[in-house]
Amino acid sequence: MIAECCKAEKGHDLLEVSMGPHHPSTHGVFRMDVVLDGETVVKLKPVFGYLHRNHEKIAEKNSYLASIPYTDRLDYICSMTNNWAYVLTVEKLSGISVPERSEYIRIIVSELTRLFNHTCLAGFLLQDMGALGTPLMYAFREREKILDLFEALTGSRMMCNYMRFGGCRCDVSADWIKQASAVVDRYSPFLEEFEALITGNEILRVRSQGVGILSGDLAVNAGVTGPMLRASGVNYDIRKVDNYGLYGRFEFRVPLGQTGDVFDRYMVRILEMHESIKILKAALLTIPAGPIMDPKAKLRNLRPKTGEAYGRIEGPKGELGFYLISDGTANPYRYRVRPPSLVNLTILEDMCLGQTIADVVVILGSVDIVLGEVDR
Amino acid sequence: MITMQTLPEIKVRLENAVPGARIEIVANDSPANQPSLLIDAEHGRAIAQFLRDDPEFKFDYASNVTGIDWLGKTPGYLEAVYHLYSVALRQGPLILRLRTENRSDKVTLPSLTPVWRSCELQEREIFDLYGIIFDEHPDLRRILMWDGFVDHPMRKDYVEPDDYEYEPTPHDDVLEKARLHYPAKEAAV
Repeated sequence: MIAECCKAEKGHDLLEVSMGPHHPSTHGVFRMDVVLDGETVVKLKPVFGYLHRNHEKIAEKNSYLASIPYTDRLDYICSMTNNWAYVLTVEKLSGISVPERSEYIRIIVSELTRLFNHTCLAGFLLQDMGALGTPLMYAFREREKILDLFEALTGSRMMCNYMRFGGCRCDVSADWIKQASAVVDRYSPFLEEFEALITGNEILRVRSQGVGILSGDLAVNAGVTGPMLRASGVNYDIRKVDNYGLYGRFEFRVPLGQTGDVFDRYMVRILEMHESIKILKAALLTIPAGPIMDPKAKLRNLRPKTGEAYGRIEGPKGELGFYLISDGTANPYRYRVRPPSLVNLTILEDMCLGQTIADVVVILGSVDIVLGEVDR
Repeated sequence: MITMQTLPEIKVRLENAVPGARIEIVANDSPANQPSLLIDAEHGRAIAQFLRDDPEFKFDYASNVTGIDWLGKTPGYLEAVYHLYSVALRQGPLILRLRTENRSDKVTLPSLTPVWRSCELQEREIFDLYGIIFDEHPDLRRILMWDGFVDHPMRKDYVEPDDYEYEPTPHDDVLEKARLHYPAKEAAV
């Protein structure tokens, strides 16, 4: 259909390709209607909804507590950060405070999540460029070590269901901290090895430099957040801007890109991992003793006062926000997830126009989407 | 963080900048302390434009855009809510609300996509799930539900269909459920 419309403008035949929904490069069930002039993209429309289950409607029928396990399934790679964004908003809505030890635990598990999310993304991106298997398996090997830590702590590798309003579900043991420190200590050498293998690789450079350029102004206007925004040179990290949790206590830098191409997005994530390791080392060393739950926090039958709250955190993929409206009853009147992946896809077409079809795969890979969150 | 103290000042500035704009402050009793501005649909775009371009506000980033269905109010209405932040000045959130006149035939609001591109997909989602029609939206189609779908599932009075025949590919137990739903039809056969 779209190809027919474009044909008149170009004067010769165009080809319309439906990429996905079942295509390994779409990272889930996602479809792109691409119109090609030869190999060049002249139009691209993303199509969503294959994984839609109306998460928001389900949550509006549930109690506040019962939605925590559902949030795990939004961005199913990073359940810990989803938990945090949600409980942070409920804490804002009902005025619950969080003990210091819990804030430290939250930072530790979230930075671990950021580490393996970025590692996997680098692996997937290389897979998209044709380096089948090896880089991804290197990434997954490291990710598994962190997932083992999560399993020891929460009982589940990926669907952690760990945080609660006013704290966390269970405490970390001294032994767990020791194991986590060992994993974090081994991560730097792994990153160095990974980088030595990959960052200088000619194929990676040729396929990513100058591809899918996104300007900083457009990125801000289009609501792009996270590593993608920073790769375009905009210094905006919610950990710094909002200082939520206890991030103000930790020293870390915000890596920025210059050109905003795929290579910058890859590099920003690699550098962010180094900063996460810094935070993790400091947090694991200085975690204070104390309670992990606010004694006044109510979990079951929580009925926040009438009102609304918007809370957001710097998730590995960008700004993850929750918007809750309470009408004084046991379930939220309005429950809204602001998914970074969906909003980051707004400018997919802008980045792909004029590029070749093979580059579309790489550009989409550099956006870092998870369809559980896009479609909800 | 914009609190109740500065919101009246913002209101006055907006009223001076956009003549004729009707702005109301909506209080928020929760400890979050995030009151919002209710703006009228007619001047919605002009207010948004001013908030984005004014050097003191520079709300260049519309983060969260969503709809709400206020079924219980009389008369009921739909609402679009915009959470604005400033990346340049690192301030926010400023919360804008736009209301439709009712929930049935007067559900048109101005689209703010020409001001902030980030509204594009999120306004499409509101159109899909709540049925607010955004004027001058570049591409207002269903986004999460399929094209042939009728009704808006996030509305509070939405009734889930139990005639599973409507599934794109009905199969054995779905058809069985549908059969149970229409006993009279079967008797006629």
